[in-house]
Formats: sequence, structure tokens, C-alpha cells
Amino acid sequence: MENLAAPQFSPDLVRLKYLATKIRMAIIKMVHQAQSGHLAGALGLADLYTALYFGALKHHPFDPNWSQRDYVLVSNGHTCPVWYATLAEAGYFPKVWLSRFRQLDSPLQGHPHFFPKIQDETEINQPVPGVENTSGPLGQGLSQAAGLALSLKRAQKPNVVFCFLSDGEHQEGQTWEAYMLAGQYHLTNLVPIIDHNNIQISGRIDQIMSVNPLPTKLRAFGWDVWQINGHDQLEFQKAIRLIKAGVRRPTAILAETISGRGVSFMENKFEWHGKIPSQAEAANAITELTTQLDNLNYDPHST
Amino acid sequence: MTLIQPNFTNLTQGPRDGFGAGIMVAAKQNPRVVALCSDLDESVRLATFAHNFPNQFVEVGVAEQNLVGVAAGLALGGLKPFAASYAAFNPGRNWDQLRVSVCYSNLPVTIVGGHAGLTVGGDGASHQILEDIALTRVLPNLTVIVPCDAAQAYAATLALVDHSGPAYLRLSRVDTPDLTDGLNFKIGQAQILRPGTDLTIFATGVMVAKALQAAQTLQIHNLQAQVINLHTIKPIDVTAIVRAANQSGVIVTAEEHQIYGGLGSAVAEVVTQNLGHQITQPTVIEMVAVNDCFGESGPADAVMEKYHLTTEAIVAAAEKALRRRAQL
Ligand SMILES: Cc1ncc(C[n+]2csc(CCOP(=O)(O)OP(=O)(O)O)c2C)c(N)n1
Ligand SMILES: [Mg+2]
Repeated sequence: MENLAAPQFSPDLVRLKYLATKIRMAIIKMVHQAQSGHLAGALGLADLYTALYFGALKHHPFDPNWSQRDYVLVSNGHTCPVWYATLAEAGYFPKVWLSRFRQLDSPLQGHPHFFPKIQDETEINQPVPGVENTSGPLGQGLSQAAGLALSLKRAQKPNVVFCFLSDGEHQEGQTWEAYMLAGQYHLTNLVPIIDHNNIQISGRIDQIMSVNPLPTKLRAFGWDVWQINGHDQLEFQKAIRLIKAGVRRPTAILAETISGRGVSFMENKFEWHGKIPSQAEAANAITELTTQLDNLNYDPHST
Repeated sequence: MTLIQPNFTNLTQGPRDGFGAGIMVAAKQNPRVVALCSDLDESVRLATFAHNFPNQFVEVGVAEQNLVGVAAGLALGGLKPFAASYAAFNPGRNWDQLRVSVCYSNLPVTIVGGHAGLTVGGDGASHQILEDIALTRVLPNLTVIVPCDAAQAYAATLALVDHSGPAYLRLSRVDTPDLTDGLNFKIGQAQILRPGTDLTIFATGVMVAKALQAAQTLQIHNLQAQVINLHTIKPIDVTAIVRAANQSGVIVTAEEHQIYGGLGSAVAEVVTQNLGHQITQPTVIEMVAVNDCFGESGPADAVMEKYHLTTEAIVAAAEKALRRRAQL
């Protein structure tokens, strides 16, 4: 007889959900351990990062500078716990690095930094494998990504440039200057991934300073928009596949996400943008995520 | 003298709290006072203000260039705007708007830069601006103030309401010892916090408390250091610097800023331009500042220590300055 209670996921999807949950646990631990950092955005992005790095991205974690890779740039640098945890899970660097997030002498800075080459012998001045740009001050990333995409296009290289952006940073003029340029230069090799969680620090975006409706605005800037559920990992992977197969106009992925996703008491609450969980809150979050992990019944060694 | 008995360890408030309290009083007294913010009202202590004075508050969203531009426009309309964000973006991102829309027109806009310097801590180098004093003190018409504690930030905020031109108010994220009672605060007038005749330490912002502690250490070695709080970097108090140079010929500067272009440079400019004129004896300067590099993430105290913005560094600089002076 069919079991109606338990949702049936494809093996691929179960694996992606398993990885996203593990990454969420790592995010909670990093921010709690550092006693500083940003949880809500990072948790909401875990499904997208997992879907990108485990199935959609052309990359070699052990050869981060592989010339044929897709590039991933991050503009909303405060969400970097999800980037670091994903890169570690994918094998770019050892997971033990995560426990030194935001600590003195750590390569994992509070906002990601990029150096093209080793600056000196100290650990902090080594490039972080997989991190391709410096961010933190909101609104700068899409310009960096557009410049990179333009350089690739002019060199007739096939690499694709992904760029994560938050909805809050669509309040910065520079973001729109970058969209305008990419539209003008027809940068179909640039794929912005917008985290549309409708929160910023002091409240809900549409109450503080609305950026909506994003699809209409983006289309007016020369873009096509693919609107997805930011927690549907297969839909996201499909969107990327189709965009990579070739598009008429530059195409952005607008991901509708729930901030704090996976931890019930953090979901959709702007207050959790940069709040540090207490010992009890962190423990409760880990318990919730552990239950989710167990319910997946996934054996990571099965393949 | 405005020195109160400082407690260096039990800290409960900092300059940003003084600003938050001052702007409330200012807005109540003067309906032309308005505050603007770019999605950081809690961090720059404007959350209560926003709640209590909704008609004197403007939230512009994450848009610091617009923040200053709109503030300039409000000033054109006869209002007295205080535009606040992190110093990394305000003036870090909107320097051109500050230069042209505000300073060129000499409008009475105060920009408030919170979370300045290494003491930001965990957010790391991108947010730890160490260049803002250099950026602002070169702008014509602009007054630059770095309060050392909450009471002084409170007093500075109220003083700026009555100030007729543009100003930059630099605030730290961390709490600081209460060093002043806020009385006798006058824009442009340096404060002697401790007398001493062997050398003078000029400090600003969070380094003032460390300068006082360094002076205590130096006293154990029988060295009497005068400590002067240069809360106003521009217009700089030329008289205070000239007097210090003539007194001992030994000056140490201490700031949470790059070594180029900040407080140390400003003091050196005054000394070199007055030597052989108002200053009648050879004078040496040692600068305690960040040595031309970016900061990094970490607990505020640990970062300050790694980048040598400490009491010990000031003591060492004082000893070196005295040795150098003896060579002349
Ligand atoms: C230029 C700039 N201004 C201000 C900030 C401070 N800041 C950090 S995150 C943030 C909120 C932005 O909202 P969003 O990026 O959508 O946050 P999330 O959804 O991840 O919580 C702000 C104002 C910044 N990092 N950069
Ligand atoms: Mg958001």
C-alpha cells in the first residue's frame, strides 16, 4: 500500500535536502561559536547554494582555479556562512576552518575577501579556495560580476558567472547601474541569483523601502526574469540548465525564499537578520535540524 | 578640567549612545532637527528616535549616496539634518555627494559615521574604516569631530545643532570609559585631560582612554605625560599643539585610523608649519595608528592588540619620542 504520510523524493533530491540541512547546522554553529554574524539570510539560501554546488555548477573543488569553471561571486557578503559551509562541504577547504569563522587570524573573515594570489605567509592572507570576490558593503557585487562576464565574453570564453544578491541591496543605486550595463552589453553569461526574502535589518523590505515589483523593473532594464521557489532545488537546477543552454536576453533568477528557513522560530522574522542565538536557541535550532536530517533517512555513503 | 575619575573596566555606554540621547533632546527642543538613516537605526542608536519622532525621521533604505543627497535637500528646505550610517559607507561611499551637495554649498548637514575603526570587530576589514578622518578633513567647510565617550558625543550632537556649516561626527561601536562630563565641550577646542610637562599625548576617540592609561604607566617611570583629547580634528586647535611643542618638544599621537592622513598627520602639519615661528624648539612626533594595512575579523580587543592600538604601544611610542628628542 502507498505510504501517504512520508513524502517521496527522488534520490537526487533527498541528497540535496540532506546536504542543505547539514549546511544549515554548520551555519548555526559558526555564528553561535563566533558570537557574531548573520543567520537569517544564510539559512534561507542553503537550498540554493546546495543545488548550485552539488549538481548545477561546472567546477572542481580540488582545482578551484580550473580555467573552464563557472564563477560564483557573492554580493551580499554578510550571508557568507552559507558560502563557507557549502564550500567546505564540497571539499574546497577543510571543515575545521568553519570553527574559526570571524576569529583572529582566520581565513574565514566576517565578510568574504579575495586575493588573486598569496599576499604573504600568514594564513589570513592566503586566498580562500572557492571565494572569487570581496564583498560586504552591499551593492558592489553585480558590478564585479558584470565586469568579469564582460571580460569572458570579449575573450570568447564559455564560462558562466553566477552572482548572489540580496533583495535589500536592490536599494543601492549601483546594483541598477550594473543591471543597466549588463543589459546594454547583452551579458547572457551573467546570471544574478536574487535572494528575495523580503527582509532587511530594520524590517520587511516593502515597509522600509520597497524594491518591488522586481520582475517589472528588471525587464525594463533589458533582462528576462525566471521566478522560482527558492527552496525547490530541482526547479532551480532546471532554471540554470536552461539558462546555460542559451537565452535571448540576460536572464536573472528571482528566488522567493523564506529567511531563517529550517529553524521554525527564525523563519520570516527580520529580527534574526543579525541576531546571535543564545545557547538554548542554538541548541533548539540544532535539534530541529537534526530531526529533519533523520527524517530524510539518507545514508551519505549509499552512492 | 573636565576629567572625571575614569573607570577603565566597567563599561556601560559608548559614543553612539551619547549621540542617540543627544539627538532626542535636540529634536524635542528644535523641530527643524531631522535624522536620516539607511537601514541601521539600531546600530547608530536611532531606533528610539525613529519611534518617538516619526515626522522628524527619514529612512532611506540601504542607499548611502541618496542618504546624503536627501539630507542636503532637507537642509535646502531649512531643516537641520543628521544623516547616519556606518562610517564605512558614510562618508566611505558617499564622499562625492558629501563634497559637492553638502560641503560646496556649505549646508548645515551633519553626517554621522558609526562603527568606525578596528573596534567594529567581527565584521572585518570591509567594515572597519580606517580612512575616514583623512577623507573628511580635506573637505573645505567640513568640521570633523571624534568624541571619546558618551557624554562628549551627547555634547557634540547638541553643539552641532547650533553649528552653521557641515560636519562629520565619527562614532565607535564599542563602549568606552566615561572620561568627560560633557561640560565645557567646544567645537575646535582641545581638552587637556591630564597635566604633564615631559611630553604630550594627543589622542582622539577610543584611543583617549588608552592615552590616559599610558600616562599612568609613564608616571610609574617618573615621566609626566600631558594628555590632550583632540576631539575636533578640523578645525584643529593650533594653539594647543603649539603650546605642547613649546613645552616639551615631544609629541605622541594616538588614533584608530590609518597612519597616513589622520590625526597624526594633522598634528604634524601644524608642527612643521610653525617650527621656527610660533614653535621655538625642535619637536619630535611619534604616531600610534594602523600601519598602512587593512584590519581583520576578531573580537575588538584582540584586533586592536594585533594592530598595536594599545596602551603599551603608546608607552613605547612615548619612550621612543623622548629618546629621539634627546638626540637632537
Ligand atoms: C553599503 C552597505 N550599507 C549597509 C550595510 C549594512 N547592512 C548589512 S546587511 C543589511 C540589510 C540588507 O538587507 P538584505 O541584504 O536583504 O539582508 P538579509 O535578507 O540577508 O537579512 C545592511 C543594511 C552594508 N553591509 N553595506
Ligand atoms: Mg533580504
